[in-house]
Amino acid sequence: MEAKAPVTAAPVDYLLHLADNALILGQRNAEWCGHGPIIEEDLSMANNALDLIGQARLLYQYAAQLQGKGGTEDSLAYFRDVPDFRNYTLLELPHTPPLAGPARADRDYATTIVRNFLYSALMVLLWERLTASPDTQLAGIAARSLKEAHYHLRHARDWLVRFGDGTDESHARAQAALDHLLPYTDEFWADSAAETAAIAQGVGVRTTALQNDWNALVDDALAEATLTRPAAAKGYITQGKQGVHSEHLGFVLAEMQSLARAHPGASW
Amino acid sequence: MSTDQKQTAPALKEWPLWEVFVRSKQGLEHKHCGSLHASDAQHALQMARDVYTRRQEGVSIWVVPSAAIAASDPGDKGEFFDPSADKIYRHPTFYEIPDEVGHM
Repeated sequence: MEAKAPVTAAPVDYLLHLADNALILGQRNAEWCGHGPIIEEDLSMANNALDLIGQARLLYQYAAQLQGKGGTEDSLAYFRDVPDFRNYTLLELPHTPPLAGPARADRDYATTIVRNFLYSALMVLLWERLTASPDTQLAGIAARSLKEAHYHLRHARDWLVRFGDGTDESHARAQAALDHLLPYTDEFWADSAAETAAIAQGVGVRTTALQNDWNALVDDALAEATLTRPAAAKGYITQGKQGVHSEHLGFVLAEMQSLARAHPGASW
Repeated sequence: MSTDQKQTAPALKEWPLWEVFVRSKQGLEHKHCGSLHASDAQHALQMARDVYTRRQEGVSIWVVPSAAIAASDPGDKGEFFDPSADKIYRHPTFYEIPDEVGHM
């Protein structure tokens, strides 16, 4: 890409945070490909994963251009290690309840849906604000991603409600997934150094300014789903976006990066 | 969880079948492109979006409960369709269309 960088460019670490979020959740959701509960959802989750990976590509391309050290979208996606990744810890967790093993057979669609719901509810608010960013390249990526995020939210919210007011089994699974995952969203509201820098430059968004709207989206859906929001607890706040990850990200990267590392520069 | 609500809207074990019609662009008609199982109309629309329009096939989707479609009986094929086979005068093939008209 030869396009000139906009005068006000976002900090690279901020772009990498947004890109890594999209890539890691995209990789996770792609795990359902060929294993979805029904064929329509199998396709739906593949669509979702491709949307997210598409967002990640645009952000990595832009970040690589700003870095200007000969890096590419591929070097950023495939040749960085766990501590370099800046995604929310929430997004790297397996599709399983906390006490189940990470085996394919243990995957739980309610966990997938709850996570997609919590994340896409944030991203519709965040992308919307970023469409007004003075970093015009980032604003363009945000405008495109916003439409996708709206659909992801609609899809996840719809299933969340169906699970919540469905059978006793689906209700129990959705509630368990919510109890498990909601505490990880505390990370949304704790500014990282990259976010603080982006906010100081006026190109980023202070997520705490989105918190009330996010709570409203979540509470509205939970009420319709007849699910109970677990009480807020002052516990450990995950720090994936600062490079401190759970044990799960290494396995995600091992699977995602092994081909590119075994055959550097391969094309097909 | 409200058990009353659950009784009024029981969870379906079997999802009914829906026929999906997609309009490929403005001005064209909706065309039948397949069917799928879904619990209700909104659900069917969402699934149709993911299954049938993921490669930019459409700008509009209709879903119709398959049970609402009245279909001709294959056993009636003879009386329904054969009589038109030998009535070639019903086709406007006896006109010469000037080249300037182009595609009609």
